Amino acid sequence: MTDILIMILSTLGAIFILIASIGIFRMPDFYTRLSITIKAATLGIGCILGAAAIHFSEFSITTKVFAIVFFLFITSPVAAFLIARTAYMTGIKLWNKSVIDELKDRYGFDESCEEEDKTTCTHTNTNKNEEEKD
Amino acid sequence: MTVETYLIYVVMPIISLSLILIFIRFLKGPAVVDRVVAIDLLITVGVGFIGLFSLITNNPIFLDVAVIMALIAFLSTVAFSFYLDKRERDD
Repeated sequence: MTDILIMILSTLGAIFILIASIGIFRMPDFYTRLSITIKAATLGIGCILGAAAIHFSEFSITTKVFAIVFFLFITSPVAAFLIARTAYMTGIKLWNKSVIDELKDRYGFDESCEEEDKTTCTHTNTNKNEEEKD
Repeated sequence: MTVETYLIYVVMPIISLSLILIFIRFLKGPAVVDRVVAIDLLITVGVGFIGLFSLITNNPIFLDVAVIMALIAFLSTVAFSFYLDKRERDD
């Protein structure tokens, strides 16, 4: 019984990880790649470590597995948010078939930029010029 | 068919194939942030690989390595995003 459960859980986790890797290999854009990465990888790692916990069925091992899975579930959305914000600030372009860009007017592309310090202002202005050339 | 042979001949090749695909993206990613995301996913899949390996060899001491690798993945991503942002501000 536990053997069948271990087989099912590890196969499910491997398939989730395979879906994540195909996504990061084939997706056209940085942001879509990031989105598929975080969701599928956390699920896959959770399933595989759950299989390990069932196989050992010991209190210390189960606690360790819960610590790893809890840590991954807490930290991977934070890391994804930080790296996506950095990518948007450094001017990574969206896919040209993306429907909506809700942050387009939020980061100082308008007159309120002139009250801020000059360094960020020139940076955003150059970004704006580059976008207008396209 | 025991669990160990199933894990060795079915699950481990799938994980290895996905590691190869992620590594191709790590080599050819057009921007730095692509490489950062690829190496984050590489370390995360490595955690799962270590879990499977400790399950195959029936030795739970390898799970300590998995704890440390999960911690390092988060720290590396946060540090890369912080310094990339800072470099962009300073230019």
